[in-house]
Amino acid sequence: MNIINLIRIAYKALQRNLLRTFLTMLGIIIGVAAVIAMVAIGQGSKASIQTQLASMGSNMIMIRPNSNVTAGARLDATTVQTLTIADVNALESQGQYINGVSPVSSTKGQAINGALNWSTTVQGVNLSYLSIRNWPLKSGYAFNEEDIKSAAKVCLLGQTVIANIFTGGEDPIGQTIRFKRIPFKVIGVLGQKGDNAFGQDQDDIIIIPYTTLQERITTSIYFQNIYAAALNESVTDSATAEISRIMRVTHRLKLTDTDDFAVRTQAELISTFSSTSQLLTVLLTAIAGISLIIGGIGIMNIMYVSVTERTKEIGLRMAIGARGLDILLQFLIEAILISITGGLIGVGLGIGSAKLLTLFLSWPTEVSQSSIVLSFLVCAVTGVFFGYYPALKASRKDPIEALHYE
Amino acid sequence: MPDKILEIKDIKRDFTIGAESVHALKGISFDVNTGEFLTIMGSSGSGKTTLLNILGCLDKPSSGIYLLDGVDIAKMTRDELAHLRNLKIGFVFQSYNLLARTSALENVELPLLYNTAIGAKERKERAMHALESVKLADRLDHTPNQLSGGEQQRVAIARALVNEPVLILADEATGNLDSRTSYQIMELMQEVNQQHGKTIVFVTHEPDIAVFSSRTVMLKDGKILKDSPNENKSAKVVLAALPVTEDYVQ
Repeated sequence: MNIINLIRIAYKALQRNLLRTFLTMLGIIIGVAAVIAMVAIGQGSKASIQTQLASMGSNMIMIRPNSNVTAGARLDATTVQTLTIADVNALESQGQYINGVSPVSSTKGQAINGALNWSTTVQGVNLSYLSIRNWPLKSGYAFNEEDIKSAAKVCLLGQTVIANIFTGGEDPIGQTIRFKRIPFKVIGVLGQKGDNAFGQDQDDIIIIPYTTLQERITTSIYFQNIYAAALNESVTDSATAEISRIMRVTHRLKLTDTDDFAVRTQAELISTFSSTSQLLTVLLTAIAGISLIIGGIGIMNIMYVSVTERTKEIGLRMAIGARGLDILLQFLIEAILISITGGLIGVGLGIGSAKLLTLFLSWPTEVSQSSIVLSFLVCAVTGVFFGYYPALKASRKDPIEALHYE
Repeated sequence: MPDKILEIKDIKRDFTIGAESVHALKGISFDVNTGEFLTIMGSSGSGKTTLLNILGCLDKPSSGIYLLDGVDIAKMTRDELAHLRNLKIGFVFQSYNLLARTSALENVELPLLYNTAIGAKERKERAMHALESVKLADRLDHTPNQLSGGEQQRVAIARALVNEPVLILADEATGNLDSRTSYQIMELMQEVNQQHGKTIVFVTHEPDIAVFSSRTVMLKDGKILKDSPNENKSAKVVLAALPVTEDYVQ
């Protein structure tokens, strides 16, 4: 029989009871919408992390004193101290794949401006730091050689610190703030950086010369980190190898000694985050996929009920000339129409939800084409698979019995 | 069209129910001429329903020969029988069996949807024509719950006619209707028979309905008890003679 007619018959049958059709679809709609939204959230956060990591300088290399450092481990309150200025100098003079090395040590404390105070972090760095970090100044100047030599009490303020201790909106440059009872003159204002990949506010910072930090605050010769910038992304591997080599010499390590430092590249961090967020996406999608299966079971349930309820109708259709195959196809198409229409609505709902989440909660989302196509395919298959057995049952009814069914 | 539209020769039908074998039809033989209006009568258990199912090609006899319009149905497959039913037979049921929430027009179109030879436009035309011939052209967009019992049966009759079958099979077609409406339906049946030349086989257990046909075959215990012509009353005349009641407003 004409397939167009069969589709028309199936469509009309569904139209006769719109509420039931819609309720049957609901499982599929929610399942598909969930899959699309979950994947969008996963993709979005992955993309945003990648963008942020990339904006930090994808050629950035971070060196840290070693314990057994697992990938992506947070900054340790150092139990091991092995990084010194000798390392920095050696890398600066000998490193051919790097252009820029800076020590980086931090300490927390209260920044005070008159009556206002704010708990923040002070970071001691050298002149190369700002370029390694791709961090422009909004106003004022960075410190110079002299400031470093003399461990000058000068500082650069991050936007969040300014917002909290210069609430009047006045220009901080030239003002004096206190940190750990030491007066610091503000000579520059840092540009906005936003949150980092860990969700920490990068603008909540005060930057001072490392010598100032070492001599006046921490009184330690060791650094917590050393940051370096590779010449470009393609030579980061060569750069890390070179750094390791140089530092093993300055640390006087024997061939059999393990590194007492750890070198991490931005690329590694990116891939760690990628695989974590990938795993998360897969997990969320699996959960959403389960709800799709439940939706399919819902369709099968309703189709079985529908077949029983319409026994007389089936008998009538057979009496006036429908073959078994016509009946089978009719019910199968009904199931497929339900699942595909549910899929379409679910796709719309999923995309809409993702956009709403971005709009109202500022969650980054990125709707993935492949998730839409995949969900659709799964819907079609669900319709066929879960609709088949009820349709088969319908087609096997005996017309005489069916006509007399009460 | 052959003279004998139906040829039934020694039809037997046995059913196995559990451990028992039931002989529903024990050897039925009769012929029906084209254009006859035949009633099959009998009480419950007489085998009339079984015979009707066989005549309607919904069931096959256990033995014997059934020729419909010259075609022997014995060797036909389920699908071939379905096709045959679509083209040659129009069914009218006691409980109308219309599709709910569907317009009269779409209900009448239904058999045509299973006829691949007929396109959408012709389908609609034929359906409207059929509704006109049962005088329901002004109700074509009504759904069954907006139609009275008699009107629903008329839609069913239009549906039975729409594929231009050679045989109309009616199973207790007036069973759910009051007497006045029953006579109206019989009037329509007679019109279909006399003016459109359709052969009608009408199954009933009511003697005062049977009189409107030209011949009655009486069944008892799976065999033909009597096969005799009727007086062929005119339903129109009977209707006119009915006292005017206030049961309902026409």
